[in-house]
Amino acid sequence: MSIIADHINYTYEIGTGFERQAIKDISFVIEDGEFIGLIGHTGSGKSTLIQHLNGLVKATSGTVYYNGQDIYDKDYDLKTLRSKVGLVFQYPEHQLFETDIFKDVCFGPKNLGLPKMEVELRAFEALRMVGLEENLYYQSPFDLSGGQKRRVAIAGVLAMKPEVLILDEPTAGLDPKGRDDILECLRYLKEETGMTIILVSHSMEDVAKYVNRIMVMNDGVLMYDDTPKNIFTHYRELEEIGLAAPQVTYIMNDLKNAGFDVNTGAITVDEAVESIMASVR
Amino acid sequence: MGIIKTENLTFEYIRRDDEGNVEGITTAVDDVSLDIQAGDFVAILGHNGSGKSTFAKHLNALVAPTEGTVWVDGMDTKEEEHTLDIRQTSGMVFQNPDNQIICTLVEEEVGFGPENIGVPTDEIWECVEKSLKAVGMYRFRKASPNKLSGGQKQRVAIAGIVAMKPKCIVLDEPTAMLDPSGRKDVINILHALNKQENVTIILITHYMEEVIDADHVFVMDEGKVVMEGTPRQIFTQVDKMKELHLDVPQVTEVAYELRMKGLPINQGVLTNAELIAELKRIQG
Repeated sequence: MSIIADHINYTYEIGTGFERQAIKDISFVIEDGEFIGLIGHTGSGKSTLIQHLNGLVKATSGTVYYNGQDIYDKDYDLKTLRSKVGLVFQYPEHQLFETDIFKDVCFGPKNLGLPKMEVELRAFEALRMVGLEENLYYQSPFDLSGGQKRRVAIAGVLAMKPEVLILDEPTAGLDPKGRDDILECLRYLKEETGMTIILVSHSMEDVAKYVNRIMVMNDGVLMYDDTPKNIFTHYRELEEIGLAAPQVTYIMNDLKNAGFDVNTGAITVDEAVESIMASVR
Repeated sequence: MGIIKTENLTFEYIRRDDEGNVEGITTAVDDVSLDIQAGDFVAILGHNGSGKSTFAKHLNALVAPTEGTVWVDGMDTKEEEHTLDIRQTSGMVFQNPDNQIICTLVEEEVGFGPENIGVPTDEIWECVEKSLKAVGMYRFRKASPNKLSGGQKQRVAIAGIVAMKPKCIVLDEPTAMLDPSGRKDVINILHALNKQENVTIILITHYMEEVIDADHVFVMDEGKVVMEGTPRQIFTQVDKMKELHLDVPQVTEVAYELRMKGLPINQGVLTNAELIAELKRIQG
């Protein structure tokens, strides 16, 4: 069970004056149950790349394999793939439309043609997983806060029972609590269901805290693919491509330069505190 | 009276169901009185739904108060004859640059505002050049806004406001959609406009680290201003900020955690340099 990208290339508007290569010879393997952060500056190709993984965009050359099968095979069922690889777009709350939350979450599984009972079971399960309070289930989605709306939208994708969940900047525009609620919900999903999660994010602090592996895109190229700790040692290179390290990384480097014997590999607040405590004792 | 003054500002709206029946009244802004001095850099924090954006919309007369009064540079926003002057005094930048940009060329986009208020053509070009230089986007003047990154688009949107020569710019989460370098560019430009041109900046944001250099911070909750002070006074209260669904900069959090673990660190550390100084002091 895995996703394999094998030398994929993608060029927009081939043969016109606007031709532009958005994805340049990218290969990787994503195993089951990984929690991956995908980072890169605006326009680096992140969104184009994730749309390859459920077949919304077809590579100009190269292939994507899902569980060992070539998704570009003419017999391959892309419809099933799209229910297995769920994609949560930016600002997914704009896609909410039903009169109550429960109906909205039912919409996806209902369209799979499942029996009513199964549809409703899935909707309950999905809403439970995103931690939405039960007394809200039959209210209008439009009366919710930004963070709650977004969790409902994620529940809509979860009700499709995906094996892989891809989220494009799910915390943009949310307040710190709304952001933490979403990220904790993803951590819970990963631990509870073993789902593979790919998180596209501009927040280095969030990525550092939650994911096991980071992929860095720059100008259509997969520049780094490693553990968070290793990635953020390259913070100078990351700055050059419009990214950064978590604030903690800068704190630790400044402390080191000021003569403190601290671990510059610390990337979360907890790790930083632990290392500073050890060094001042 | 400062450039922006509100007195008992309250804004209510009526919620209706599908049939148009009244379901209830929501008080989005609740009895807010504050006074912002010209040339200040002010930040407004608050969780989603705390009333920040509704408050901001009062500052250039996009909405009028249900009760109370807002004065922009001495003009009462309820008096319609002032509306155009108010919007010229206090410009607004929103979260999503794609919703604000309408022209096909960057320089046309920036010239759109001045053109609409009847500035002579020569002056428009002069003003466009100056505004684009102020946000570091002059070399993109002939580019299509569509081909720019989010941060660049947002800088063009700011240039469009700067071209109107406002005394005050209100920005509602201008960096929410930007990558780290885009975010940094936008914040640096706001500080430059504030220092060099003496433009009053009112910044609404969810990124706590963008607030550290502000002169004054207001924290809103349920439509009310619940905390106000310098960034140091605000971020000293880590527990209270978390209670309000907010956060503090990571360096402040590290210092706070160290203090919790028994290190005698002073409260309100806001920068890496301050943390280093504190640790050195402790080590003697």
